Amino acid sequence: MSKIIKEDIWQFLKKHTDARIALGRVGKSLPTKELLNFNLSHALARDAIYETFQVNLIEDKLKEMNFKSLIVNSKAYEKATYLLNPNFGRELCEKSKIILMESTCLNNDICIIVSDGLSAAAANNHSVHLLKEIGKQFRNTKFTFTEIILAKQARVALSDEIGEILKSRFCIMLIGERPGLSSPDSLGIYLTYNPYIGRTDADRNCISNIRPQGLSYLDASIKLKWLITEAEKLGSSGVLLKDESSQNKQSELY
Amino acid sequence: MSYSSVIQSKIFSFENLKDLLAKASPERSGDKLAGICAKTSVERMAAKFALADVPLKNFLNEDLIPYEQDEVTRLIIDTHDKNAFQFISHFTVGEFRDYLLSDEVNENTLAQIAKGVTPEMAAAVSKLMRNQDLIQVARKCKIVTQFRNTIGLKGHLSVRLQPNHPTDNLEGIAASLLDGLFYGSGDAVIGINPASDNIPTLSTLNKMLADIIENFAIPTQSCILTHITNTIKMIENNIPVDLVFQSIAGTEKANNHFAVNLSLIKEAHEAALSLKRGTLGNNVMYFETGQGSALSANAHFNIDQQTCEARAYAVARHFSPLLINTVVGFIGPEYLFDGKQIIRAGLEDHFCGKLMGLPIGCDICYTNHAEACQDDMDVLLTLLGNAGVTFIMGVPGADDIMLNYQSTSFHDALYLRDLLNLKRAPEFEDWLLKIGLKNIDNQLLIPTIDHPLLLGRNN
Repeated sequence: MSKIIKEDIWQFLKKHTDARIALGRVGKSLPTKELLNFNLSHALARDAIYETFQVNLIEDKLKEMNFKSLIVNSKAYEKATYLLNPNFGRELCEKSKIILMESTCLNNDICIIVSDGLSAAAANNHSVHLLKEIGKQFRNTKFTFTEIILAKQARVALSDEIGEILKSRFCIMLIGERPGLSSPDSLGIYLTYNPYIGRTDADRNCISNIRPQGLSYLDASIKLKWLITEAEKLGSSGVLLKDESSQNKQSELY
Repeated sequence: MSYSSVIQSKIFSFENLKDLLAKASPERSGDKLAGICAKTSVERMAAKFALADVPLKNFLNEDLIPYEQDEVTRLIIDTHDKNAFQFISHFTVGEFRDYLLSDEVNENTLAQIAKGVTPEMAAAVSKLMRNQDLIQVARKCKIVTQFRNTIGLKGHLSVRLQPNHPTDNLEGIAASLLDGLFYGSGDAVIGINPASDNIPTLSTLNKMLADIIENFAIPTQSCILTHITNTIKMIENNIPVDLVFQSIAGTEKANNHFAVNLSLIKEAHEAALSLKRGTLGNNVMYFETGQGSALSANAHFNIDQQTCEARAYAVARHFSPLLINTVVGFIGPEYLFDGKQIIRAGLEDHFCGKLMGLPIGCDICYTNHAEACQDDMDVLLTLLGNAGVTFIMGVPGADDIMLNYQSTSFHDALYLRDLLNLKRAPEFEDWLLKIGLKNIDNQLLIPTIDHPLLLGRNN
């Protein structure tokens, strides 16, 4: 390494975070290697957005776990429409409405939805693993579940319409979060109590950054169960439901 | 009332002030999405001609949302400073632009009129301005705020150190925080966006920042960017809260979407003031805003997104914030499509905030699904530096691994300081010298392995 690069001596802090720390500098600027690394990550994230949501593959994997699923589509059929007109992603297409109305999923406690959102890679890579953990958490509880709804090109609010049609008490939506440079495949869970069209983000609770390098499938599932239990007691989700579950208690479960 | 103009003997009419403002707005995807923008380039120009002739007084008589329906409108009208307004009350919007750009108007004049400028007036005049106008006028404004240091002095630029971590890991946050301090960042605030909503976790984060600031006597302030009700809870639990954070928008309905209202902000403001943790001043609020937030909550009442944004500044102004941050490209391409739209919006927001007397900074940023890249951020960064932006973000390598978007880095801040000779808050500069992170020639020093900030961490 040439001397014109001023290296940062706190390299050892890198083990605590994936953040781009201790990059060093040339003058005030990034060394060439770091500049190229950054731009490569951007290229990877850009491509992740345009990956395809592999609903059929996920459906097969769920079948192996004895989970039934249903495929629906929002009104956004094209990626460009999805990106520029979020409202299209918040409504079901007509055909999907009929699929749901004619399904055997009505009047259950919890409706589970999986969507590609802004990162199909997240749904493709993590949804099956996460659903398995969620299944374990809720085994032997009184809650009844719908089939798993695989919703293509959905926004979070689509869960309101789905929940309303299926008359579910809760909706939980597993959705690909917008890809970051260091996390092109991060999954989020949005919980809505008593879903109906017109709910707002303030009515929901979110568990974010679910992926092996972030929040584990297990921790996310434990948190979800806690939120659902508390939301039921409170008769509400969203800002009225504060997450006061101690995180220490969660890690004791390991 | 309706407005009109004639272009080449064709009459263009506009239903009301709201319609006129929307049609006069520079093109952006959010207004298109809302279906309120001009249909053609000539219609946009016709709207600008008509807008230029509207007397500023009209803005006090024609509410964009009825007074009875919206508490932000009531706030704007009820707190309007008539004495400050008298200096500009005879102008039309076009004349107001000429006035602002004139040599006769300086930082004192601008300070005098700030409270007479309503958000709609600021938004209106910005729509007649080119980017260079927005830069020039903003640069004349001087807005100084204080908590533990002095922010906003001429020739100064502050940086919010943003050491986020996707699981709120304390060591991970500390690592990014140290990286930032070693690069001379953090004088605006050390502010964490937590992944969690969990009160014990938030309290631990807050205490960690308070300890670091106290132990190393850093003349700066901390903030946990969580919902305002969480911060109120922490204050009730005697957690050492410096700044209260809240995202705000320009209509009552949009604020409801954030589960916040004026009385809740007032409650938090008073609670934070009661702690008396500021040593130099009492600016205890930190607000964030961004064009498109009202529309995304379907709470825009067909007002264009830039005018909605300026209305959020009226909310902020009421609570004398230490900092207000327009997170310009965070919301995504459905509101600001590409680098060009993000750059324009950043300059507009900064101008409107400054004109209204606010210590406004900018999170110069974009998401991966927008048609933008770091080159666009370099352009906006350089422009805002010249416009005298109060503060920018400092994120390690410009990559926020918790919020999943790209902002500006500690390196970017060094670039801008060097290019434009911009200093940090004076108290913070003194601290860097004292703790051995810079020399008297203002050059950053690489800390030694036994530097106090690194002690106990090198294993």
